Amino acid sequence: MARTLTRADFKSDQEVRWCPGCGDYAILATIHSVLAELGVPRERCVVVSGIGCAARLPYYTDTYGFHGIHGRAPAIATGITSARPDLQVFVITGDGDALSIGGNHLIHALRRNANMTIVLFNNQVYGLTKGQYSPTSEVGKVTKSTPAGSLDHPFNPVSVALGAEATFVARSIDNERAHLAATLEAAARHKGTSFVEVYQNCNVFNDGAFDAVRGNRANQIRLEHGEPIRFGDHGEHGVVLCDEAQLEIVDVVDGDEGALLVHDAHREDPSLAFALSRLSHTPRGPTPIGLFRQVSRPVYGTELQRQIDEAVGLRGTGDLGALLAEGDTWTVGA
Amino acid sequence: MKQNPQMLVERVDAVTIRFAGDSGDGMQLTGNQFTSVTALSGNDLATLPDFPAEIRAPAGSLPGVSGFQLQFADHDIFTPGDAPDVLVAMNPAALRTNLASLAPGGILIVNADAFTPANLKKARYDTNPLEDGSLAGYRVHTIPLTSLTPQTLVDSDLGKKDRDRAKNMFALGLMCWMYSRPTEPIIARIRATFASRPAVAEGNLAVFRAGVAFGETTEVFAHAYEVAPAKDMPPGRYRQITGNLALAYGLMAAAERARLPLFLGCYPITPASDVLEELARHKRFGVRTFQAEDEIAGVGAALGASFAGHLAATVTSGPGIALKSETLGLAVSVELPLIVVNIQRGGPSTGLPTKTEQTDLLQAMFGRNGEAPMPIIAAATPGDCFDAAVEAARIAITYRTPVMLLSDGYLANGAEPWLIPDIDGLVDLSVLVNFANADESGDFQPFRRDPRTLARPWAIPGVTGLEHRIGGLEKADGSGNISYEPDNHHRMTLLRQAKVDRIADDLPALTVDEGDGAPRVLVLGWGSSRGPIEAAVRRVRRRGMAVARAHLRHLNPFPSNTGEVLAAYDRVLVPEMNMGQLSLLLRARYLVDVRGYNHVTGQPFTAGELEQAIVEHVKEQSWHAP
Ligand SMILES: Cc1ncc(C[n+]2csc(CCOP(=O)(O)OP(=O)(O)O)c2C)c(N)n1
Ligand code: SF4
Repeated sequence: MARTLTRADFKSDQEVRWCPGCGDYAILATIHSVLAELGVPRERCVVVSGIGCAARLPYYTDTYGFHGIHGRAPAIATGITSARPDLQVFVITGDGDALSIGGNHLIHALRRNANMTIVLFNNQVYGLTKGQYSPTSEVGKVTKSTPAGSLDHPFNPVSVALGAEATFVARSIDNERAHLAATLEAAARHKGTSFVEVYQNCNVFNDGAFDAVRGNRANQIRLEHGEPIRFGDHGEHGVVLCDEAQLEIVDVVDGDEGALLVHDAHREDPSLAFALSRLSHTPRGPTPIGLFRQVSRPVYGTELQRQIDEAVGLRGTGDLGALLAEGDTWTVGA
Repeated sequence: MKQNPQMLVERVDAVTIRFAGDSGDGMQLTGNQFTSVTALSGNDLATLPDFPAEIRAPAGSLPGVSGFQLQFADHDIFTPGDAPDVLVAMNPAALRTNLASLAPGGILIVNADAFTPANLKKARYDTNPLEDGSLAGYRVHTIPLTSLTPQTLVDSDLGKKDRDRAKNMFALGLMCWMYSRPTEPIIARIRATFASRPAVAEGNLAVFRAGVAFGETTEVFAHAYEVAPAKDMPPGRYRQITGNLALAYGLMAAAERARLPLFLGCYPITPASDVLEELARHKRFGVRTFQAEDEIAGVGAALGASFAGHLAATVTSGPGIALKSETLGLAVSVELPLIVVNIQRGGPSTGLPTKTEQTDLLQAMFGRNGEAPMPIIAAATPGDCFDAAVEAARIAITYRTPVMLLSDGYLANGAEPWLIPDIDGLVDLSVLVNFANADESGDFQPFRRDPRTLARPWAIPGVTGLEHRIGGLEKADGSGNISYEPDNHHRMTLLRQAKVDRIADDLPALTVDEGDGAPRVLVLGWGSSRGPIEAAVRRVRRRGMAVARAHLRHLNPFPSNTGEVLAAYDRVLVPEMNMGQLSLLLRARYLVDVRGYNHVTGQPFTAGELEQAIVEHVKEQSWHAP
């Protein structure tokens, strides 16, 4: 019988070359333990990435790996998982990789629901190209490419994913080991495309970008399926659905949860999940962390296989010789 | 078919017919029906559909004209014909855009009803050409097709639109009579086409029969013609095929011979979409087609599928290749098999989407960043697209490399009789697949090379001990770890080049058709100009001049004797539907002063223009006699 794998078994022999102190280390270590936890044999795991600091991760993981090109990892992964539904496929990407150059592929992967787990390392900056602003950077961000402050309005990755009607959408934080591990494991076990945004600290180009949330539990709205949405150091705040079809933050008076919104991650309609994702557009105010949405929808690769099986079941395996000779033919000579 | 007994049936050896009309007139359908029945009659044939990029340009307008030309013969022919012997013009616009190509004294059949003042104006005629004597040099038959058609439909329940549309069937019937085509297959086909709408089928049939009867009973036609079945065709079972269909079948055949599932990652583009659509129909064969969000995703998914162990392909046209080029560089770097089909069309940019060109050779050769060599092959005829696909798969699998297969709009839509191949007789690709086996030692080397082919192992996920990482960053020779080491990059660059160069050892020599005499001029072609070149060379030889001919299937690498072949002639003429792309490669590689015949019109060469070009070179060469 195969021996149970441990975190160490998933470490490759390659030297990790991220800056000391980078949040990527913690995420890498968590991914390794999640892989061990999943019980998937190394040879059935494929880690695909685009380009960026984050995208170097496949080299550090002792599974099959494909370091692709900037933004295109979801496309490559779609080919892998559609060809081989037996594989456990991860996509490792950054905020620039996934949302700028790869924005098109990301939304289409999410709507298509092929079986893969997309982990977006969001550091709100371009790390590998040394510090330009990214599609998640706040307006006015001063970087080398925006000395007078950036002008474009940022994406909220979770809103984008929910807008694309992804079937699994969650957010976690690089150094929250237990939460990150549980979230990634649930994402990996989800059938279809799962999307996890991870707040990742780039201590070189955007240090402390998430400190307002990361270091401040009072600012985190922990989403728990089936629970009223409460937060604050003593649960003194909560979220209600107000008349204007908007979510609002209220004080919880005398612990009365009656009016609070009860989180339902399995709601078919993504509107409430989307509304939740709008609660904090930037990680300054109260920010939801956790699972926003998990619903089930047919999985692309499985459906493709089903169509093939059905076609074969209906009319048998194709006979190419017969196909070529179909229709009008004629004979020359004897 | 029965002919009017008094009427003479004249035997001719080859005929070229062009149907031209408004894009709503069903000219492509008419042409295809006529082609099918002609194929069944055992003639050799070649077709040239020529349609506007707009699905429906305004009715009656000049840009809205759609044409379909075919040549058929009692011997082997190579082109859809230069000047049509018969032009069927359904309206003034069709007449204006096509009359110039009609052979002097040719037969002109026009739909008289369409020559209304409004239509004449749209076609920019000041006077009615049917009345002003301008058609005096042709045998003109004006037939009121539009008004005759409803007369045959008095008993039918067809609505006005369907009635109007049926007039192309009249033209088809008349042509079938004129060229003694059997009517039964057409009747069967019309019934099949409109199986769900029997009234429409019967209406169309009535009009078709009326067309036949019109030919039989009307005195205006001096005689009908007969073209005997073609001799000299290799014996066997034939069907008619277009390039795109042959390509789809070729990819399926390659997958079957490799015993791998076929994966096509694609994004629709003219003239490539048919291949996606055809393959999507064949799920029973385990074919997976993936219509991606764009070309980049299409080729990315194909590359992913190749990594996962499928025979992967992507089919597109030049603008799509432009988008895919970054991924193609990645494919060169990761050294995985991938078939990349470019069905060339007129450019630059969106250019002429429905017209043909050979202008993407240099894009195929050099259109990537860095030193990224990629084998290139080209299909020569519609049926040859099948063999080219199998050959592309052979090279891709053997050498673990993307391979560029060039077809073009002319091959894609053009049709010819096709000797149905025996699948089991095709090269066995499964022995070349050779997936890497489980490795217990723990030091699997993803870039260790086969000493003969220089191919790296194809190690697919799911196999224990072969876990490895690939990607676009430079890899250390052997281990495949990332390496920025200068000497390693130089070595890997040479290895990737050597791998492609080595394919030449594995290719048939370039053969030359010398003809008679001692030719001093060689005409060298590639791709779809094969037909016109062959026809032109035949004509030049008939004029008593010696000329040699060769055709390249492999454009990177060239067959190993290419240099010798070029050196054996005093002059090498390279006709291309571009500004001299192959010429540039040959001059650079072999330092031979090849001469180009270049012409970029969106139309295939005619045999006539090439004949003239070749004759000039042969004459010039004899003045330069040593
Ligand atoms: C086609 C292309 N354009 C640009 C680049 C340069 N590039 C590399 S990584 C990167 C941004 C990566 O940012 P992000 O995804 O946020 O990843 P991080 O490095 O922050 O982890 C860019 C622009 C490239 N490699 N390829
Ligand atoms: S640049 Fe930023 S994201 Fe990249 S490795 Fe360094 S700290 Fe990490």
